[in-house]
Amino acid sequence: MTEAVLPIWAQVVVALLVVFGAFIALLGALGLVRLKSYFERVHSPSIIATLACWCIMYATVLFFSVLEQRLALHALLIAVFVSVTAPITTIFLMRAALFRARRTGQNVPASVSSVVPSDPAHPDNRY
Amino acid sequence: MSPYFNWALSLALFLLVVAMACALIRLIKGPAAQDRVLALDCMYTTGMLAMLVLGIMYSSTDYFEAALLIALFGCVGSTAMAKFLLRGEAIE
Repeated sequence: MTEAVLPIWAQVVVALLVVFGAFIALLGALGLVRLKSYFERVHSPSIIATLACWCIMYATVLFFSVLEQRLALHALLIAVFVSVTAPITTIFLMRAALFRARRTGQNVPASVSSVVPSDPAHPDNRY
Repeated sequence: MSPYFNWALSLALFLLVVAMACALIRLIKGPAAQDRVLALDCMYTTGMLAMLVLGIMYSSTDYFEAALLIALFGCVGSTAMAKFLLRGEAIE
């Protein structure tokens, strides 16, 4: 088996980025276990989708770019996709949790869409 | 590769597996359904990162497709489950 050899500086940078990203992922998952209420817990995995994912993505891009002697940007696709979709999922989960909390009568902020009356005189509400 | 490089990748994989175990704890004992969906969301993101680290470890780009598919279907699944919790049905 022929072992591909990476320059030592690239090995150091890739190893540091990967270990740091994995450590941040552990931190985010630990917050999921340790925080008390759901509305605190929903913040904690976001760091996995941003900092941890981007660190490991940069490590992958650097590793394959140096190894294959060309620009290998395919891992960027994953990081951009996760960055776009993670807020959507979080917002949906937040709204679902608020909806369920309201139905069980917990003390959470009321729904904005049903509280604000539509003003017929406002130019945005003409139709 | 130097042995320290492989050691660092093994350490990163170990940390990611511990993170998945933490998410699994929340998935099992989560008091509400939204906690379980959030834990599953966290678990698939961590599993996707583990796939990328495996790709670096074995110097193979084959793991990239698996990671991309996990990211795609995990997002769709989490959004569908959140929609189900919100409305009581996934597709209206």
